[in-house]
Amino acid sequence: MSDVAPQQAPSDGMPSRSAAFEARLKKRYAAERRFKLTGLVAVLFSVLVLAFLLVTMTINGVGGFQRTELAVPIDFTEAGLTGDPATLSGPDATQLLEAQGLASVVEFYAEESLGANASAELNGNAWREVATAIIADPAILRTKQTFWLPSSADLAAGYEGEGSAELQALATDLAEQGKIDKRFDIGFLTRSDATDPQAVGIWGALKGSMLTMLVTLLMAFPIGVMAALYLEEYAPKNRWTDIIEVSINNLAAVPSIIFGLLGLAVFLTIFPNFRSAPLIGGMTLALMTMPVIVISGRNAIKAVPPSIRDGALAVGASPVQVVFHHVLPLALPGILTGTIIGMARALGETAPLLMIGMRAFVATPPDGLTSPATVLPVQIFLWSDEIDRGFVERTSAAIIVLLIFLLLMNGLAIYLRNKFEKKW
Amino acid sequence: MVTVIHPNLDQTDAKMNASDVSVFYGDKMAIDNVSIEIPTKYVTAFIGPSGCGKSTFLRTLNRMNDTIPTARVEGTITLDGDDIYRSKMDVVQLRARVGMVFQKPNPFPKSIYDNIAYGPKIHGIAQGKEELDNIVEVSLKRAGLWEEVKDRLTDSGTALSGGQQQRLCIARAIAVDPEVILMDEPCSALDPIATAKIEELIAELSGRYAIVIVTHSMQQAARVSERTAFFHLGKMVEYGRTSDIFTNPVEQRTQDYITGRYG
Amino acid sequence: MSPAILLLLAVGLGLAGWLAARARAWAFRRESSDGRLASLPTYHAWYVALWVVLPLAAFITLWSFASPYLVTQSVLATPAAAELPAFGIQRESILREAQSVASGSASAVFNPQSEAFVEPFRDALARYNLIGLLATLVIGFAGGAWAFLRLRPDFSARTRVEKIVMSLLLIASLVAILTTFGIVASLIFETIRFFGMVNPIDFLFGAHWAPDPMANPDNPDPTRYGAIPLFWGTIYIGAIIAMIVAIPLGLMSAIYLTQYADPKVRSWLKPALEILAGVPTVVYGYFAALTVAPFVRDLALSMGISNASSESALAAGLVMGVMIIPFVSSMADDSIAAVPQSMRDGSLAMGATTSETIKRVLVPAALPGIVAGIMLAISRAIGETMIVVMAASTAANLSANPLEAMTTATVQIVKLLTGEGSFDHPATLSAFAIGFVLFLVTLGLNFIALRVVKRFREAYE
Ligand SMILES: Nc1ncnc2c1ncn2[C@@H]1O[C@H](COP(=O)(O)OP(=O)(O)OP(=O)(O)O)[C@@H](O)[C@H]1O
Ligand SMILES: [Mg+2]
Repeated sequence: MSDVAPQQAPSDGMPSRSAAFEARLKKRYAAERRFKLTGLVAVLFSVLVLAFLLVTMTINGVGGFQRTELAVPIDFTEAGLTGDPATLSGPDATQLLEAQGLASVVEFYAEESLGANASAELNGNAWREVATAIIADPAILRTKQTFWLPSSADLAAGYEGEGSAELQALATDLAEQGKIDKRFDIGFLTRSDATDPQAVGIWGALKGSMLTMLVTLLMAFPIGVMAALYLEEYAPKNRWTDIIEVSINNLAAVPSIIFGLLGLAVFLTIFPNFRSAPLIGGMTLALMTMPVIVISGRNAIKAVPPSIRDGALAVGASPVQVVFHHVLPLALPGILTGTIIGMARALGETAPLLMIGMRAFVATPPDGLTSPATVLPVQIFLWSDEIDRGFVERTSAAIIVLLIFLLLMNGLAIYLRNKFEKKW
Repeated sequence: MVTVIHPNLDQTDAKMNASDVSVFYGDKMAIDNVSIEIPTKYVTAFIGPSGCGKSTFLRTLNRMNDTIPTARVEGTITLDGDDIYRSKMDVVQLRARVGMVFQKPNPFPKSIYDNIAYGPKIHGIAQGKEELDNIVEVSLKRAGLWEEVKDRLTDSGTALSGGQQQRLCIARAIAVDPEVILMDEPCSALDPIATAKIEELIAELSGRYAIVIVTHSMQQAARVSERTAFFHLGKMVEYGRTSDIFTNPVEQRTQDYITGRYG
Repeated sequence: MSPAILLLLAVGLGLAGWLAARARAWAFRRESSDGRLASLPTYHAWYVALWVVLPLAAFITLWSFASPYLVTQSVLATPAAAELPAFGIQRESILREAQSVASGSASAVFNPQSEAFVEPFRDALARYNLIGLLATLVIGFAGGAWAFLRLRPDFSARTRVEKIVMSLLLIASLVAILTTFGIVASLIFETIRFFGMVNPIDFLFGAHWAPDPMANPDNPDPTRYGAIPLFWGTIYIGAIIAMIVAIPLGLMSAIYLTQYADPKVRSWLKPALEILAGVPTVVYGYFAALTVAPFVRDLALSMGISNASSESALAAGLVMGVMIIPFVSSMADDSIAAVPQSMRDGSLAMGATTSETIKRVLVPAALPGIVAGIMLAISRAIGETMIVVMAASTAANLSANPLEAMTTATVQIVKLLTGEGSFDHPATLSAFAIGFVLFLVTLGLNFIALRVVKRFREAYE
């Protein structure tokens, strides 16, 4: 080792320091910087698209949580309506009020305060909201109250500065008097589909989504987990297992619309009466979600160290006990993560549900697994097809609700993944 | 080629008896025609160069080889005269009687208590909570771990030190009241102090259980075992009293191995 | 009786069996000399419970199919049924209305004709509910009793229970095969029916696509069923335009994230990509239709291209490309990560810059994986539905101009199957033929890609 000379300062004679090399090096570094920059730009592009998407949806969607309303002061003391908590608590309370002419009372006060032109632009079902308020608190029948009631869709458009010139003028007029306003519309979250953008809500679709997801979860989770356990822990290496594996891997990549065709051709043939039902939708989505759960489940099961299985076997646990006492509990967080991701995907899925008829106009929330329903993404699709300007904002608002659910689910999945990452 | 059995073996009851055992992984032979008696009251050591099949043979004794799909065993192995490879054999019962401790400590990611209690629970050994508590305490005491963990039985077993974990695994094996304990290099992942503790423990346990230990350390074999079997290339070359094997081995290969000339 | 209630009953009976068997096993245990049983009491309990619940589950499933049919049949056997229209929607709705009144889910009938059937339905429902209930009880008790009587101190309940569990696991894993089989069978069946009406040659090689759901189904015009324009549209949008966007951006993102970004930045950017991957396609579709498509058209118009469509292939393809970016990126990420670190180190140690290492060593080494990822991405893009349904056209158009309107296979499937067309019409059936072609193509792509990925992984393991 004595022949190693002490490191000398780079002399000009060294080949690596030739001018040509220097120049080339400079070029190479420039290329390096450009390449890195390209990568950064590529990533930022995606981030920007995401940001743009979210911002557009939010800006549009905020309007969707609001609606244009007109101020209607009603003096119940002279309206001649009667009612007490006892009569107004029954199921027929609304009819009772209708029979007493609540609709014309509302119309009368609207005309008095807003004028004939504007009161004609009051939403046809506005009186129902007054009825709801009375039923909630019959005491207001002895008072004077100002109600903010939905306007017609046309006037709403006018207030936005669109549509016919007269209505735009009317809206400006009313606005000057402070009698028209865009107000937060809590009813958007509690009502169902309607033809009038002023009267729509997403509760029906949301409930349909929940019921559908319930069916999907109840079917896909147990079957998926059991299949994953079988394939990972017990399956002998043979042809059959290979076929199962190939099927699962391919199913995970089959276009979702094909599952819709399956649901249409098989499930709807077996249950022709359950068109549009969450049961069928859930079953179709379950077939789509199951492979996702199997694949992530197998990865989670694979991650459980074999030494734990050996330890359990060596004290005399049977293979089934090893799996259910040791492997499954340890793999469960991973399986759950995969399940949530699969469920999130199913929640956002539209195409297969169109195939099995969940695109029908359903104005009441489904009351069971077999009643006609629609789901949130399909509702978004249906609204996006509406020509009425009011639906644009409503669509964005529905998208926001859907995205919030998806973000929550994905957030939960990421949380689980981080919390339970390899403890052993 | 036959195994050399040292002539002056004292007569003792055999707990397990292997005759003409061969093990294959697929087509590859890993154990070639081994016959051996595992005495009831003694510690038996398996020594030999890496890859000679010690672990393989050890795992045939409680059928842990069943977990390897390609593994196949020929010959007969008996436990108290019962063929453990007969078709009616309940492997679960067998493993309760023939426990095993592994090279790397592998406590369950559960509490210390549950680690020990798991075996008795699945075998229905304890009649109630008190008896179970008692089993846990006795097992931990026998494994020399009680004093160190008695105040934190609910802590995770994986939170212990390596040596403690290995003693926990020994306690876990003891808890199901086995007749034989197989140990595959139980100290190879431990420091000298922990190793000394385990060796002490083996000495205490011998007599109560038949113990078979695989080790790469001649000193350890000499210290803890009464009997030693030397394996080479899948064959059992020489078997006899530990003192005989170490002081006057018959086979050249044994001689070479224990003097460190080879392996 | 709704199946849910019967299932609840089954679970209740199972629980009762569970408790009884456990008590019995404990009794054995107390009586035995050494306090040991062949199996734990819990396994005796599960053995009986499974024998109660599993036969019941099978029965209830069958019953929930059979009983509505039986109820309707018995109503149709009543004299009132003679008044019914022989078939058709009206008959259905009369019956259904009467049934919902009878079962209490509606309070009054609209159609006076239904009135006559309410009572028969009520009777039939009551009768079959009782039968279902009794059968449930009998089967539950029979199964439970049979299992219960087999319990002995030396009964190896654990082995039995484990056998049942194993069979259940095996059955669960067969569901995947069943699904694949179901897909193939239903597609083939309808496709064959379609090819009975329209010659496959006309379908696969014809260049004019305009099925008319209103035309006479018995005599379809084969020249309207040429699928080439939609295959072209599918490939043009999904495999060309979308990939021109997704491949470079996805690949560069993966390279930046794995090779350049420091962990902290990466921990922010990666979830952002994951969120992008999690955005439902209907949202992308809305975005495409509302924002991108008008923008593309206006841009084209402002550049003097007058025939730009507001349903241009370009807009749909661009958005689809964006949707696929995270997918390509994560596949490329995996492939690059699978390349052994030593290769990278070797190149860096020779004095190569990072980008040279990536371009000359990492990407070539990871290429099989990346190519497989791109194949999967294409398969995903051509099967994607909502973006094209919302942003592309329904009119078939064989053109290479990205600004023109084009349609895709998935758009046509949705269009043909969500209309009011009859199920026997060639226009409706052609959707299954398109679906079948789509399935085969994606299957082929996936199959090859998964094989390549597997080989590739094994090569570096
Ligand atoms: N699961 C397996 N599949 C195939 N061959 C195996 C398997 N396990 C072990 N072998 C082979 O069987 C032979 C014996 O292995 P074994 O593990 O029994 O050796 P060993 O004596 O315990 O070695 P060491 O001292 O290194 O632990 C070796 O050649 C090994 O490669
Ligand atoms: Mg070994």
